[in-house]
Amino acid sequence: MSTTMKPLLEVNALKKHFPLKGGLFGGKRGNVYAVDGVSFAISKGETLSLVGESGCGKSTVGKAILRLFPITDGEVFLDGERIDNVSAAKLRPMRRRVQVVFQDPFSSLNPRQRVRDIIAEPILNFESGLSSSQIDDRVAALMDKVRLPRDAMRRWPHEFSGGQRQRIGIARALAPGSDLIICDEAVSALDVSVKAQIINLLSDLQDELGLALLFISHDLAIVEHLTHRVAVMYLGKIVEVADRGTLFATPHHPYTRALLSAVPVPDPTAPRNRIILKGDVPSPINPPSGCRFHTRCPFVFDRCRSEEPQLRKVATGAMSACHLDEVPSIA
Amino acid sequence: MSATISGITAAPDLGEVLPPRKARGRVGMFIHRHPTIFVGGLLLSIILCIGIFAPFLGTVDPTALAPARRTRPPPDIFAWTGYWLGLDKKPPAVQFLFGSDMLGRDVYSRVLYGTQISLLVGFSVAVVASVIGMFIGLTSGFIRSVDTVVMRVMDGLQSIPGILLAIALMALTRASVQNVIAAIAVTQIPPVARLVRSVVLTLREQPYVEAAVAAGTRMPMIILKHILPNTLAPVSVQATFICASAMLTEATLSFIGAGTPPIIPSWGNIMAEGRALWQVKPYIVFFPAAFLSVTVLAVNLLGDGLRDALDPRLAKRI
Repeated sequence: MSTTMKPLLEVNALKKHFPLKGGLFGGKRGNVYAVDGVSFAISKGETLSLVGESGCGKSTVGKAILRLFPITDGEVFLDGERIDNVSAAKLRPMRRRVQVVFQDPFSSLNPRQRVRDIIAEPILNFESGLSSSQIDDRVAALMDKVRLPRDAMRRWPHEFSGGQRQRIGIARALAPGSDLIICDEAVSALDVSVKAQIINLLSDLQDELGLALLFISHDLAIVEHLTHRVAVMYLGKIVEVADRGTLFATPHHPYTRALLSAVPVPDPTAPRNRIILKGDVPSPINPPSGCRFHTRCPFVFDRCRSEEPQLRKVATGAMSACHLDEVPSIA
Repeated sequence: MSATISGITAAPDLGEVLPPRKARGRVGMFIHRHPTIFVGGLLLSIILCIGIFAPFLGTVDPTALAPARRTRPPPDIFAWTGYWLGLDKKPPAVQFLFGSDMLGRDVYSRVLYGTQISLLVGFSVAVVASVIGMFIGLTSGFIRSVDTVVMRVMDGLQSIPGILLAIALMALTRASVQNVIAAIAVTQIPPVARLVRSVVLTLREQPYVEAAVAAGTRMPMIILKHILPNTLAPVSVQATFICASAMLTEATLSFIGAGTPPIIPSWGNIMAEGRALWQVKPYIVFFPAAFLSVTVLAVNLLGDGLRDALDPRLAKRI
């Protein structure tokens, strides 16, 4: 949680624009500004959650870090080394350190591979000359870590439940000895009770192995249980970053407040002050000028429409991008 | 814990309510689950055996001419019935089981040897078209620059009716079984290539492929381990349909004289030769046509069954 340490992963002004093609000859018609200038850092052993509505670019950030596609602009550093512009050959050893767990436990495992081969694949990619029994031992150790029965090794993915499959996915992500795991909505597809098991497993693994987690989610209630810091995204930008305690106790950005007010409280008598946002999320093809949230913000004023607010420090361990923060009396 | 609630009896044991499960062995289970595969496979294996063992099934040289015994009909069922019922003392003479054609050749032997040609053409076209189609489909699914060009060529090939293209290709070459196979395969490659390409395009977006990329798996390994095994099921289904349609196309080509050389007794050739006598001696056309229909039906049944069995949404593997 310490911020004085050199960050494990640093993302600097990351941009990813997807070209929109159309027409008879596939000409470019515009861009989808999926991620438009996102910066954050994760230290070793830290959990950073990236939250926001669907379509705000959370998953794109995750995939950009994994370099599943080239980024449009910006820099990504892993342990101080740039990984966004190096050649595929140079990137390969880095891949060992950053792994991913996907949302859908059914499509994230190859249906035609046995569990052992799924988990062994990352190991075999980076280590050669291992005997079959050595691999079995490694896979068995990983399966113990994620609390899967050992006899699961010879079985096929379709024989498992969603939660078990997600454990297989986590074991695969741990296999190469990774430092950072990107959990892309890793628990969203699971039942509540299974969700809790996987969340507990992830935080246990973090304590045990000193893993850093980038936890991408739309569910603030889940995020509160395992994160150290939270970054709130809206339409391709981070609008607020804060330590968990600060964010949940005193949210600064109006969007964060609206999001938090939408989290269900398991007490029907508790006083609730829901902030209902009007309208839909604007299209990322043609994002609003100035502050991207101005079309839905309850506190909008003239400046918001023309000038884009920058992230600035609003409290200890909290940064927010809102013009209101300059005039605390109104907020 | 909780108080007993009166008036509620214990639920009956499920074994008493449900009808007893029929005990089935592994084979019985398979037949029960995939009847079309079983029937299609059984028919096809019988036909395959007929083709393979044609020389030992009481056949004579299918090309041997016997001008003296032209157009002899197959054995008369009524005469045989009379013999069995004891009305006739002497059994009717049997020379040709399926009759003989206008040159005195044994239709039975010709049809049985024709099985070899049809199966050879069907299977070869299926294999050749699948392998080449898979290669093209994989390449264009992965390399976007190749994709545009190759898929337009495939569009072009598909815009010409298959049979017409095959006739044109046969017109360019000498009539031989190999050339027939090649000509039919060319017409069947585009659908396989399209199928594989579309499967590849969906597979490469699958999270497990992205996870493999993130895990540092190299491209050839990804293709070999994650893409190829998942394209085999749809391609093998497509291959059975190609096999059936190739046999039909071969017969059509032979029938119009653009296929297998007339000296080879393929079903299409036999039918073509019998066409002129169709109204007076229908058996010359009937027997090869019946064999062709049954074979195509068997292969199509097999393909239908395979499609159902290999579709992961319908899969009930236990």
